[in-house]
Amino acid sequence: MDAFILQILNGLDKGSAYALIALGLTLIFGTLGVVNFAHGALFMIGAFCAVSLSKLLQLSYVTIDETQKDFLGNPLKVETPYVESWFGPEVGAAIIDWSVPLSILLAIPVMILVGLIMERGLIKHFYKREHADQILVTFGLAIVLQEIVKYYFGANPIQTPPPDALLGVSNLGAWFGFELPYPNWRIVYFCFSALVIAGVFAFLQFTTFGMVVRAGMADRETVGLLGIDIDKRFTIMFAIAACVAGLAGVMYAPINPPNYHMGMDFLVLSFVVVVVGGMGSLPGAVLAGFMLGILESFASTTWATTTLPGINQIIIYLVAIIVLLTRPRGLMGRKGVMEE
Amino acid sequence: MSKTNYTRRRVLKTGAVAGAGVALPTIFTAQSAAAYTNEPTGSSVTLGFNVPQTGPYADEGNDELLAQQLAVEHLNGEGDGGCLNTFTSKALKGNGILGKKVEFVTGDTQTKSDAARASAKSMIEKDGAVMINGGSSSGVAVAVQGLCQEAGVIFMAGLTHANDTTGKDRKANGFRHFFNAYMSGAALAPVLAKEMGNDRNAYHLTADYNWGWTQEESIVASTEALGWNTVNTVKTPLASTDFSSYIAPVLNSGADTLVLNHYGGNMINSLTNAVQFGLLDKVVNGKDFKIVVPLYSELMAAGAGANIKGVLGSMNYNWQLQNEGSKQFVKSFGEKYGKPPSNSAQTCYAQVLLYADACERAGTFNPCGVAEALENFEFDGLGNGKTMYRKDDHQCFKDVLVVRGAENPTNAYDTLEIVEITPAEQVTYAPNHPMFGGDEATLGTCNAGA
Repeated sequence: MDAFILQILNGLDKGSAYALIALGLTLIFGTLGVVNFAHGALFMIGAFCAVSLSKLLQLSYVTIDETQKDFLGNPLKVETPYVESWFGPEVGAAIIDWSVPLSILLAIPVMILVGLIMERGLIKHFYKREHADQILVTFGLAIVLQEIVKYYFGANPIQTPPPDALLGVSNLGAWFGFELPYPNWRIVYFCFSALVIAGVFAFLQFTTFGMVVRAGMADRETVGLLGIDIDKRFTIMFAIAACVAGLAGVMYAPINPPNYHMGMDFLVLSFVVVVVGGMGSLPGAVLAGFMLGILESFASTTWATTTLPGINQIIIYLVAIIVLLTRPRGLMGRKGVMEE
Repeated sequence: MSKTNYTRRRVLKTGAVAGAGVALPTIFTAQSAAAYTNEPTGSSVTLGFNVPQTGPYADEGNDELLAQQLAVEHLNGEGDGGCLNTFTSKALKGNGILGKKVEFVTGDTQTKSDAARASAKSMIEKDGAVMINGGSSSGVAVAVQGLCQEAGVIFMAGLTHANDTTGKDRKANGFRHFFNAYMSGAALAPVLAKEMGNDRNAYHLTADYNWGWTQEESIVASTEALGWNTVNTVKTPLASTDFSSYIAPVLNSGADTLVLNHYGGNMINSLTNAVQFGLLDKVVNGKDFKIVVPLYSELMAAGAGANIKGVLGSMNYNWQLQNEGSKQFVKSFGEKYGKPPSNSAQTCYAQVLLYADACERAGTFNPCGVAEALENFEFDGLGNGKTMYRKDDHQCFKDVLVVRGAENPTNAYDTLEIVEITPAEQVTYAPNHPMFGGDEATLGTCNAGA
């Protein structure tokens, strides 16, 4: 029983990342009609916002300690972070310790800026081009972005731990009388994802801006005829989608140490999530994200891999095939999207 | 007056036959001198360094390249001479190899077998490389070793840990200085018994490719010989990034030990996930839960951060070794690059020097001559202590290090501490050991190429 629940929790966690990335992808596709293969790179840039702030907060000045030796036998250079000398050792250490949550404050403006530059600088020139052209240019952009990150941060994963207070595990089964240990940060990640998803839906549902965007998604031309500058709003939506992917990346950094390739690892699966959920359907993307995350988690259990060897590697694609055969528009796909 | 009966025709005929007869040995001699691939004819000789410069092991490849460049510098008499000062063979004089200045070209393996073969082929065919060295993967090593065998050049493997490289896939033109999965198991087992006892239940997570399988086979054999029980062995896809769904079943499996047969990013992520799930804080079967990582590297340790504290593993070399060769290498590498060398850097450095030394002792670059000089060659002074290149399989036999993630590292480099130096005799096995291809495994014959 507890093993079963553990796999559901793992799936929800994995599904959170899929859902957040797929949500952004769907927003961009639904508003601008662009198939953005650079969306995984935005997730990766978000994670590296956390790495960057962590490194920034650990910038140090060097003092020589004559009593200790380094690996060459020279006096040891002791590094003390500036924040510790500015705010005192305890406060400084606490600021460094909480660098990942603090990175959210850095990631929001950075990701909005990256999104605006990406859309205005490159992607807008491809609106009227074939989807194949859009895929090629955004895929190329993704490779450029990951190579830039690799140049500055190297190819090795960089450990970016959560705050000490959120390390360790909580026994989620304690209330029900059984043991169900689950990592604290993964619980935080799931709650954070749920909040962001709820925030995006609330923004689209309950604000005038969101209403215009939804109207634009349904009928762009008519909204334009009403004198509304829908392009400007769609550009802002691109930046918001970039921000959602970036925030997913920031909070994912403590789960698996970020590396330059992490965006690509998520990109293909996120596209499958979008297709299974239904092109252009925001609830579909979220539903499919969680559903495929859970299925992938169960497919990785010993029972599943022993019964059907290799099932863990193909389950998502298998489900995609079944869904597309039975529901060609995906689980919650809208009529008319990608059906020219 | 004597009368001769030589006619003009007969003289010409005799002259032609005699001329051909005199020239014949010279023709054969000339042919045999040019009868190997890329014989250096000018004042320099070219070595090919095939390392991952892009892809997930690019940092490791970069470290190998730094060491290879340092080796070339030392061979050409530049810098402080490095391990030429401590190497027990004194054939190298710092004047290149056989009086020829050493130059090098580099290739990018991308940690992909096809890309590695293509870059090695290009270095051999276009750049005239007489030897290929480097790499960070057993798949790549086996592929490039096969290519070098066909091309008739020597392959001095870099980081390759699978038994197969000098097991069932061994080749006459290929040589491995790095240790292997069997040696990891043999070195780790006594330490595991000492620190964890003889009645453990082990759960293996294994990267689903050749290296992972041989690693798992070796560790299972070693630990079961101790009396350990293997609860389960689960293969994980190489492309996995999140191991939580593989870790969760460990919690309820009754296992008290997790063995991670992973390397690189796989290992960093699986260890991070295992620690996140609190495995190291658990008590199972009345014992503290333990994690073992059979193959460590400094870069992996850096990537895993605080998660490796107390976790046991094995290494081919560690910069903290205090023998003369190691101290000299750390000094040369550290002063030039500002950091201590990794074990992949050390193996590449040693391999370049060993190749050069073999050429000097053989008096030729002919791969068959070089191979003969390397076979059963015993040496010291390159950092690992006394070492021998076994003739039967071209595997180096030397001490193996058992290391542990440091509890309180004082700087970025002492993340691992040496627990034990396992003597070479303890990790030595028969050349026809079943894990190494048995009686069917053979080196074949040396190929000098052209």
